[in-house]
Parts: sequence; C-alpha cells; structure tokens
Amino acid sequence: MAKILAVDDSASMRNMVAFTLRGAGHEVREAADGRAALDAAMAERFDLVLADVNMPVMDGIVLTRELRALPSMTGVPILILTTESNIEKKMEGKTAGATGWLVKPFDPEQLLATVARVAG
Amino acid sequence: MAQPPSRGNRPVPKSEPEAGKLVQQLTFILAGEEYGIDILSVREIRAWSKLTRIPQTPAYVLGVLNLRGAIVPVIDLRLRFGLPREGYDSNTVTVVAAVGNRLFGVVADSVADVFNAYEDRIKPVPDLGAVVDTRFLKGLAGDGERMIMLLDLERLMRPEEAEALDAAMPEIADVAVAA
Amino acid sequence: MGTVDLTQFHQVFYDESLEALDGMEEALLALEHGVQNPGADAPERVNAIFRAAHSIKGGAATFGFNDLAAFTHVLESLLDEIRSNRRAADEEMIELLLQAGDCMRGMLTRTRAGTPVADLTSESLRARFAAMLGNPAAAAASPQASELPVAGWRIHFRPRANLLRSGNDPLRMFRELARYGALVVKQVQVLQQPRPAFAELDPTAPMLAWELELHGDIKRRDVEGVFEWVEGDCDLAIELLHDRRAGEVPQDAAPSAAQDADKPGREAGAHTDAGSIRVGIGKVDALIDMVGELVITQSMLGNIGEHFSMDRLGRLQEGLAQLERTTRELQDSVMRIRMLPIAAVFNRFPRLVRDLEHRLGKRVRLELRGETTEVDKTVLEKIGDPLVHLVRNAIDHGLETPAARVAAGKPETGVLRLEARHEDGYVVVEVSDDGGGLRHGPIIAKAVELGLVSPGQELDDQEIAELIFQAGFSTNKEATDLSGRGVGMDVVRRNVRDLGGSVNVRSREGQGSTFTIVLPLTLAIIDGLTTAVGGERYIIPLVSIVESLQLKARSVRHVAGGGEVFHFREEWLPLVRLHEVFGCAGAETAVERGIVVVVDAGGRRVGLLVDALVGQQQVVIKSLEAHYQRIEGISGATIANDGGVALIVDVDGVVRASARRRAA
Repeated sequence: MAKILAVDDSASMRNMVAFTLRGAGHEVREAADGRAALDAAMAERFDLVLADVNMPVMDGIVLTRELRALPSMTGVPILILTTESNIEKKMEGKTAGATGWLVKPFDPEQLLATVARVAG
Repeated sequence: MAQPPSRGNRPVPKSEPEAGKLVQQLTFILAGEEYGIDILSVREIRAWSKLTRIPQTPAYVLGVLNLRGAIVPVIDLRLRFGLPREGYDSNTVTVVAAVGNRLFGVVADSVADVFNAYEDRIKPVPDLGAVVDTRFLKGLAGDGERMIMLLDLERLMRPEEAEALDAAMPEIADVAVAA
Repeated sequence: MGTVDLTQFHQVFYDESLEALDGMEEALLALEHGVQNPGADAPERVNAIFRAAHSIKGGAATFGFNDLAAFTHVLESLLDEIRSNRRAADEEMIELLLQAGDCMRGMLTRTRAGTPVADLTSESLRARFAAMLGNPAAAAASPQASELPVAGWRIHFRPRANLLRSGNDPLRMFRELARYGALVVKQVQVLQQPRPAFAELDPTAPMLAWELELHGDIKRRDVEGVFEWVEGDCDLAIELLHDRRAGEVPQDAAPSAAQDADKPGREAGAHTDAGSIRVGIGKVDALIDMVGELVITQSMLGNIGEHFSMDRLGRLQEGLAQLERTTRELQDSVMRIRMLPIAAVFNRFPRLVRDLEHRLGKRVRLELRGETTEVDKTVLEKIGDPLVHLVRNAIDHGLETPAARVAAGKPETGVLRLEARHEDGYVVVEVSDDGGGLRHGPIIAKAVELGLVSPGQELDDQEIAELIFQAGFSTNKEATDLSGRGVGMDVVRRNVRDLGGSVNVRSREGQGSTFTIVLPLTLAIIDGLTTAVGGERYIIPLVSIVESLQLKARSVRHVAGGGEVFHFREEWLPLVRLHEVFGCAGAETAVERGIVVVVDAGGRRVGLLVDALVGQQQVVIKSLEAHYQRIEGISGATIANDGGVALIVDVDGVVRASARRRAA
C-alpha cells in the first residue's frame, strides 16, 4: 500500500481524503498548506501527493512546481484536486509538473479509483 | 457513488413470532402492586442511599444523587402516586432509567422480576375514574391473576410546567364553553 | 472498502465553512473600507473571499449539499470575474456579496438542521448572480445519444520526454485501459536508437512507443480519459477498430465514471452535534507533558507503596505533594482548553456596526480592544447575544446623528468601543460610546409611570442607571423612543447572570455610556464556601461573598412588610434566611447563633443566614438541568468529597425568591 501526502486547507476535505485512503490501507500524512506539505516531502518519501489547488500560504500549483524540483520526488505522482470551474488550472498544474488531477467534487470511490491509477 | 449491488432477491428472514414484539419489563413492587418499566430504559438498580434534597421542588422529588458524576433526580413513586410513605429500608431500591438523554431514578419498595410482555397482549388501562391516578400508566400486562402496570416514564418525568398546563387545560376548555 | 460514511465529516465542514464565511465577511468589510479609502491590498482581499467561497463549494459538493453547492458555484464564478478584473467590486457588489455570505450562513444552518436548504432569499440571490454572469443556459448538453456499439480501438502511443517525469507511468495507464476491455499489445518500438549504454541511461526518459488494440464496446471518451493526464506529453492517435463481430456487446466491467448530480438518498441522518472545540496544538502539548509527569509520579508512588517502610515516609509525602501539584496543573491545562479568544465574538461587530450605520444614518468608528482575551467556550457562545444587544442599543439610542453631534460640539463620527480584558480572575467586557448617555428625564418619567419610583423621589446617577435593567422597562415599546436606552436590558442582565456574571452601566448625560460585563474566567470551576443549613450543605460562590459575621439578636430590626434588616458598615442590609427560602428542616432560626454571610447580588448587598461555615474549596459545577430542571436559587451542583451531591447557591436567585416570598 502506498504512502500518501494529502494536502488541503479544508479540514473536512482533508479528513475525508485521509480517512478514505487509510480505510483502503494506505498510509497518509496530512498537511494544511503548501508550505507544510513541502516540509513534509523534504523530510520523508511519498509514493503519491494529493494537493488541493486553492490554498493559503502556498497554493497547489506552486507546491507542485517546488515538489517536482526535489530529487526525491522524481517520478512520484502528484495529483492536484481541482474543480470543474477551474479547467485552466489543470493545465497550469500539468505545466508545473503534476501527474494528473482529480475533479471536485469526488466521492471516496472515485478517489480510490484515481489513486489506484497512479499508486498501489 | 457506485451503485450498490441489488438486494432485491435476497431472502428476507421471517420477521416476528406471531405473538408480537417483545417488550421486556423490569417489574417492581409498590404498595403491594406490581409495576413494570421497559427494561431497555433501565440503566442501573441501586440500593437506597441518602440523597441531596433540592429546595423548591414537589415532595415526590426526593432529591438528587451522584451517578458517576451526573446529577440525577430521584422521585418517590409512592409519593408521586399519592400513596403513603412509611420509610425506607434495606429492600428499598432506586431504579435509574433513561428517557432520551435524561436520567432519573425512581424509588420502589423492592425489585421483583423481569417479565416478558408482548406488545399485542398489552391491554389499555381501564378508566378507573378518580379512584386511581392512571396518568402515568401506558398499559397493563400480565398472565392469569398477575397484573403488571406498565409505567409511562416520559409522562412521569415531564417538567412541572407541562404537568401544570395539562391540569389547567380542561378548565380552560370549560371556560371557553361557558363563555 | 466500498462506502465511506461521509456524515462523520459534516461537523468539521460546518465549522470550517462558518469560519470561512467570517473570514469572507471580514475581507468584504475591509474591501469596502478600501473602496472608500483606496489602498493596496484589494487583490489579496478578493483572493481571500474567492478562496472562502471556493472551499465551501468544494465541501458542499463533496458532501452532497447540492443547494449550497449550486449557490456557491455561481458566487464563485462571479468572484472569479472580480478576481480577474472583469468585474468591479464596487459598494453595490460588496453589499450583494455580504448578503450572499448571510445567505450561505443560513443555508449552512439549515443544512445542519436537515431542513430544506434553498429558500426564497437564496434562490433569488442565486438567480441574480446567474443573471449578472449572463449564464449561458447551463452547459451545452453533451451529445451522448446514439452511440453505436463499437468493436474497439487502435491506439498509437508514443511518450515524449516529459511523460515519465510528470509521474505518469505507461504501464499503469495500460492497466487502466485493460479495465475497459481486452488489451492487446500489437507492436512495441524502441525509441532511443541506438540504445544508450547503461551508464548513460536516463531512467526518466521514455524508451518505448506502443501500438495497442483495445477490444470491446468502449466509449471513446473513456479511452481518451486514460490519456487525459498526458495530453501534450505524448503523441497519441485513437482510431476506431473496424468491426468484425458486429452486434457482440462485450461486458462493460468498468464502473461508470459519470456522476449523478443528485443524490437524494444522502440524507441528514443523525445530527449529533455534541459541540466540538478547536484546540491549539500548544495546549495539547502542555496536556501531554502534564500527563507524562503524572505517569512518572504515579509509578514513583507505586514503587514506594510496594516496599513501604517508615523511613520512606518523607519520599511518600514528597510524591504526594508532587501528585497534588501535577493534578492541579493538569486541571488548569484542561480548563485552558475551553478558553478561546473573544475575537470570535468581536469579529461579528464590524459587520453589525456597518449595517446599523447604513440603516440609521449614523457615523460610527468601531474600536475593538483585547480581542485575544481568552474566555470560556460557554461564555463565548452565550455572550454574543447580550453584546449584540448592547452594541445595537449604543448605535440606535446612544450615539447621535452626525448633525446632532456637530451641534453638540462633538466630532461627526461617534466612537463605539468594545474592550475585553482579564481582571483578577474575571473577564471584563466593556461596551462604551461617546453618545448622549442615559437621558435622566425620560427614564425617571417612565419609572414613575411604571411605579418603580415615586414622583419627586431623589435618585443619583447610579440609581437611575439601575432603572433601565428593571423588567417592566423593556416590555413597553415606547421606552425605546422615550428613554434612549432600556430595550431588553433586563434580558441582557438575566443572560449575563445566567453565566454567573454581572452587568452594570456608568453614564454621563451628554457624554456617553459604558456598559461593563463582568464574568467569571471559567465557568466550570468555582471557589465556594460550604455552609451548613439544617442537616444540609449549600455552597456559596466565593466571588459573591463580601464578608461573614455573627450578629447580636438586637442588631436585627424588623421593617414594615415583614422583612428583616441588619446594620453592616453604615448600611442597613436585608437579611435572607436561607433555611426559609430553601425550606430546610432543623435549621438554626436564632440569628445570634447562626452566621450571616454578606453577599453581593448584582450590586445589591444582602445577608444570608446560615447555621455554620464548613469550609472553603474549589468545586466543579455540574448542571442540574442536564437531567432535571432549573431550580430558582440554585445555580448547579457539585460532587462533594463524600461522593454525595452538594448544591451551589445562586445568590441573585435566592434574593429574588426571598423577595417574592415576602411579597406573597
């Protein structure tokens, strides 16, 4: 099972994501903003990063760019969590180095299916 | 969310025995009569212990006790039913019951039994006129000569105001008719 | 795995959404202020507002609160236009957005209550926003009709340099494809020719290209979906396979990705709002430290107990002292968890003040001080309404119109100050204004009319101020227009007293008023004086005790109407016999053999007669109402040392009850 870093400033979303992933047997670290996520990624290795786009301190796009610059993140999937009204964000995320995206709203099954695409 | 698998053709177990739903009653004795309360609402049975009296309450509210940190009121059913109270002895018990989130204790002479009552065999309380206060009973159960009066805990623990309002209602209606 | 119960995250969603709405409102007010006095940080404010709406939308959609999601969706689109400077955030827009915030707050409340969420307000606002956006009649209906069964797809796939670096993996993608149908690799092409030496091999550079066939009645967009993330990172061609076995419909094993927007089945469920609290990590760490110490102390004591001999008595005592210290610290720390900054309440006021300013044509400068002052969570929840009341009154009746202020030689803009601070064991919250103050004439006239004072009676400032807290004062609507103050002041006082506090007013006619609310720092624990009355024990909160003394029989006088008074520090104070009020049997009735505890009951001093003083201790207050009901004169109960229950006296209540007995 994968070790996953879940980044979202919304505690309810983060809880839902973490709970769902843990329920499926994954190991999950949580971070409430990009800065904290970056610190976590520098401290340990992850198999997958799920990052919300809209966050204070450091948003998901910048985070993705910063993560991609880390040697330890080479080839590690990064999925950005975005909303349908933000289609341009997907491309922005890709340019920054994201592997793909998951469109909000998503439910636990969709989350697990998407995670299964890139990890595990 | 993915469609859950259809459960349409799963065999449904035959639900209830024909006797109707079982509502087990904890029964206790009060002035020689047997009363029952739904066993699912019983939280604890305690020996009689000293209570802390609460001022400005009716006499049947004997006081409060400490139930693992919760302050729980205790009422004396004899006094509530207008029966004389001689004293409390080693048989006297306090049955702690719950209605919703609220706990309260009722003092009875002694605990008797657990009785299996079936919902469809519970009889309505007959109109006994003014002789017996039937406000707090919700039915009668029993077999043969045995009669168990099932208590309506919710009514028993209704706040005083509601009780007073109930009492006032017929008068109000009378007045309205008279006018 | 299957279904995850999402309701467990609802409470967090409500909490964070309400918080986001507060933040949104704050930013809107700052933005509005900026429109009036242009500043630099408008874009950041707009961003913050957008983020708030955005995150509420995301959560609402995720948790299936469709009305709320639909509403926030149009709001977000509008905000996006503002954010990208396609639309101006003028005062009208800000007003509208403030309304939207209120509306969402209402929708959240209704969502939580499980009642219908959309209402007339939300629907009309949503429609208005949609109209502003020039809503292009929903999304163009996607043509998904009449898709003929297909035999499959041929896929030419050649990764470019970036594909692997982005974390995508061709093999995982193939696995994904294989979920839709039978996947056959027709041809593999080695991209790097000649093959590089092992040492030069770049593991992140793609080596291979594929030609694949996917057999089955598979929708084109499903196939495209698999490659969606690598668009631009590969050369891709997807061709329809010409059918050899038409009519054969392969089993579609894949779960449909299509989402049903409406999920009526997801209902409210059990709303178990046990009340949650957000605690700073520092406080939790402090607790953990304390528990650690407790564990150490416990093991040390256990050790002493196991091999005890008298020569270890010193160590035992030391250990017990340490246990006591740690326990007290632990108690303090636990209580501190309930302490939250009063800012949570103060933050409502900028908006309220702004709205009242607009509505009443006043000019108000709101000053907030001491927002970081921490108060008990329960206080925080209950202090809001009384404060709103005071603030509303201050603006409505206290502060004058700009014209009147200028005429009175004051600056046009009135000052309304909310201040919180700690003052020896209490939280003091003050609401002061520099308005007209209490107008004595109308108040006295009203009081005379209500029979509270007799005509011609001499009253000092303090006594006049006290009048506005009288019950009758507020019930009469005319009091509002006449007196300037007095609307619901009795309610304010009652609310504050329910919290164990007091409220008083200082006022100078023409110069303004200051309402002072004094509350106990923590509600759950008080210092109490245990007294004996008959065979019973009653605890009097130490904070309300002025002094206790023994009286001589002759120092008590009977006054007309049956009351008793006694002389105390140049004053005659009413004597309240606690055994009478509480109906205690066997109590001391002779004043000279009992003890009189002089207490302060909301500014009034009275003496409570008890049999004896038993001792002083800290007690944890338990509610009587949790399982029973409110009792006049009793504020709660506590567990005594012997495991029994002791009642805590509500001094104000006792004085009220006693007054009523006398009147009866």
